[in-house]
Amino acid sequence: MERLWEKNRVAVILSAVVIVGMYVFWFMGKARAESMLTSAWGFAVPLILAALVGVVGERSGVVNIGIEGQMLISAFAAFFGAALTGSLIIGVLLGLGAGMLLGGFLAWTAVKLRTDQIIAGVVINIAATGITSFFYKQGQTLPGVFPRWEIPLLKDLPLVGKVFFANGPFALATILIVIVLNYLLFRTRWGLRTRAIGEYPQAADTAGIDVIRMRLVNVTLAGLLAGAAGAFLSMEASSTFERGITADRGFLALAIMIFGAWKPLQAAAAALFFGFAQAIASQLQADKVVDIPQQLINTLPYVLTLIVLAVAAGRVRAPAAEGVPFVKGQG
Amino acid sequence: MSEVLLELDGVTKWFGPVKANTDISMKVNRGEIIALLGENGAGKSTLVKQIFGLITPDSGTITVKGDPTRIKDPRDAIGRGIGMVHQHFQLVPVMTVTENIILGFEPVKGLNLDLDSARTMVVEASDRYGLEVDPDAAIEDLPVGTQQRVEILKALSKKVDLLILDEPTAVLTPQETDELLGVMKALAADGTSIVFITHKLREVLAVADRVYVLRQGRVVGEVATKDTDQAGLATMMVGRAVVLQVDKDEATPADEVLSVRDLVVQDDRKLPAVNGMNLTVRAGEIVGLAGVEGNGQRELVEAIAGMRKVVSGSVHLGTEDVTGKSPHHIHAAGVGHVPEDREKHGLVGGYSIADNLVLNRFDEPEFANRGVRNFGAIDANAEAYVKEFDIRTSGIHATAGSLSGGNKQKVVVAREMSAEPRLLIAAQPTRGVDVGSIEFIHSRIVDARDKGAAVLLVSAELDEILSLSDRIVVVHGGHAVAEMPGAGANRQEIGRLMAGGGH
Ligand SMILES: Nc1ncnc2c1ncn2[C@@H]1O[C@H](COP(=O)(O)OP(=O)(O)O)[C@@H](O)[C@H]1O
Ligand SMILES: [Mg+2]
Repeated sequence: MERLWEKNRVAVILSAVVIVGMYVFWFMGKARAESMLTSAWGFAVPLILAALVGVVGERSGVVNIGIEGQMLISAFAAFFGAALTGSLIIGVLLGLGAGMLLGGFLAWTAVKLRTDQIIAGVVINIAATGITSFFYKQGQTLPGVFPRWEIPLLKDLPLVGKVFFANGPFALATILIVIVLNYLLFRTRWGLRTRAIGEYPQAADTAGIDVIRMRLVNVTLAGLLAGAAGAFLSMEASSTFERGITADRGFLALAIMIFGAWKPLQAAAAALFFGFAQAIASQLQADKVVDIPQQLINTLPYVLTLIVLAVAAGRVRAPAAEGVPFVKGQG
Repeated sequence: MSEVLLELDGVTKWFGPVKANTDISMKVNRGEIIALLGENGAGKSTLVKQIFGLITPDSGTITVKGDPTRIKDPRDAIGRGIGMVHQHFQLVPVMTVTENIILGFEPVKGLNLDLDSARTMVVEASDRYGLEVDPDAAIEDLPVGTQQRVEILKALSKKVDLLILDEPTAVLTPQETDELLGVMKALAADGTSIVFITHKLREVLAVADRVYVLRQGRVVGEVATKDTDQAGLATMMVGRAVVLQVDKDEATPADEVLSVRDLVVQDDRKLPAVNGMNLTVRAGEIVGLAGVEGNGQRELVEAIAGMRKVVSGSVHLGTEDVTGKSPHHIHAAGVGHVPEDREKHGLVGGYSIADNLVLNRFDEPEFANRGVRNFGAIDANAEAYVKEFDIRTSGIHATAGSLSGGNKQKVVVAREMSAEPRLLIAAQPTRGVDVGSIEFIHSRIVDARDKGAAVLLVSAELDEILSLSDRIVVVHGGHAVAEMPGAGANRQEIGRLMAGGGH
């Protein structure tokens, strides 16, 4: 028990907060609780996916601050792809593809060319804002909406069933992705090697692991998750694309990644925590319990980010080799 | 009769303008232990890294078991039966012993890592070679000696015909070293060939069959150990006869410079490491602290240098009480410190040699004018010290990290002496340093003494303590247990005291 506490302090606190929160909601009334939880989860989904992009990259030793741009371009590609071709599927594929393409760009510049990783990320963000604003067209609509899928049995769970298990494809997939990625990272060969190249690439190199190739592949594939986050925003959460639709979620996600100690499950819990905070604030506002200007409410996630980072700082440790380009033979 | 396992022919390697290996040819037979000897920077690590596929020769061939095709990468080398223990541990600190040992060759069950069978494998190997490790311990929690065992087990966990050990004993205690030498002999008896890099001539003579001596990237000699002795090897290494005994005049101790009273200091685990220590060092004498490592020497030095909190007791420099003062203050009060861990506390690896040489004085008027650095003076200072201390480098603007161990140490020693300190603390000043540099560093320490500095020498090498010290203080359990004049000190007697056998 003590060991569990020592190793997973953040996770334990988060879970406790979430559970207590749920009970509070329960007493607020079932419908109210459900709607707040739904709003929290809707806020959390893109944050989780984006945070996982960061987790995979940094665990492999590559800092990705271009997640915001990856999401933005993906949201754009997904929406206009679907709108112009009249096919939701093509939209989704274009969104995922765009995320992966930018992941590949970051991987190539950061890992192969050994460009400064921060600069490479900034380039992605600037390019994304420019491209999406320039090609933006008004008056497009999606050819349809995503189906709502229900998971048998799970959907009947009290409170959480409807919120988490009767949902659009991206929201459902996110749950699966978190669990699978957590498993891959901590239980499989790929995970062990990924953690090794992010902590001490020279050691991995001498153990016969191709560090460069593995970083290229991981960072590129992580782009798929950014693609999913973008497509979720423009196709599932809103069915519209606006300029700046990502609203800095890509940066918020980095804070969540840190709060989540670079662990998928913990990052998901952290994102949910942010979602709750947002939902509570909106609810209080709507109920006129407190009279806080909307603008102030909107700053909540960012204020929370600051607090969270201050709390997490010193308690969690980043992968030791993140941000450092690997050069073979310099052991 | 004996099979040639490894053959190098004309291996040459450049690093930019530096020719690290020149036309190196050598042979290793099956079951043979070969020692590679050479000063720091002679090119030993470079040579073995090529055998392990970490870097590729610019010309020449490496033939392993009759196969001369290029060794592509470490995986290829491992596949050919080559294992290597690196000079700098190649272990992931946050991972467990088992995870580190299987990395790259992980057993799996379906998709899952098969950690259970991996652990069994580690335990078996650990038993077979008599290398005791806890398979579930995290590397970062282990002392260096144990990490070394993990490195060796990692290499041996694959099928190895050729084991390369790059300065494995540099960080080991005498007991751990003997243990390792025993393992090496057993492996060789089983038919494993070993290439062993070390600076310690005693170890070479104890285990190796043949020795190759490298100097400035070339093989300058090859000799069977049965045909040579320590003096012979040392001469081959540096190209001239080495004085292993230090030449020095009688000390003329003057005023008390350092005085430590009833000092208590905790180690990283918050356990008392220094326990009521009393010590004085006078101007013009070298006091050697003899003791088995881990008896509070490190914590004592760090406390004196201001790097560690003092629980109780006092440290005086002359008449000034410096207990609990900052390292900067203590340096300004005239203390030079050659730290035990030069990589961590002695140098900034990414800075140039020139910058490292003024690291403690960069803000003094000599090197900076109202916060603007005087690069002319900094470079001139560096050129002078590189020359005086014979620091082997491609230039004063090369990073300190690119230097070999002995040359790094020379940079630290040069810098710490440059301010002409009242008190010089030298902690393990020649650890992992080649014979030529050892001699040089020793003579500089004696020079400092002759100029009137008080010198506190801490060393795990009893020979070093015996040959340098004017006075010897034996520590055990965090305090001084005996004191004697350096001249005529009895090695057996000190050994007994170090082991805790008091009167
Ligand atoms: N990666 C590198 N880049 C540039 N120079 C290097 C590199 N590795 C080693 N050297 C240089 O090559 C020479 C031989 O170094 P090394 O093989 O480490 O010596 P040894 O192991 O015998 O102490 C030294 O002058 C060193 O500075
Ligand atoms: Mg070396």
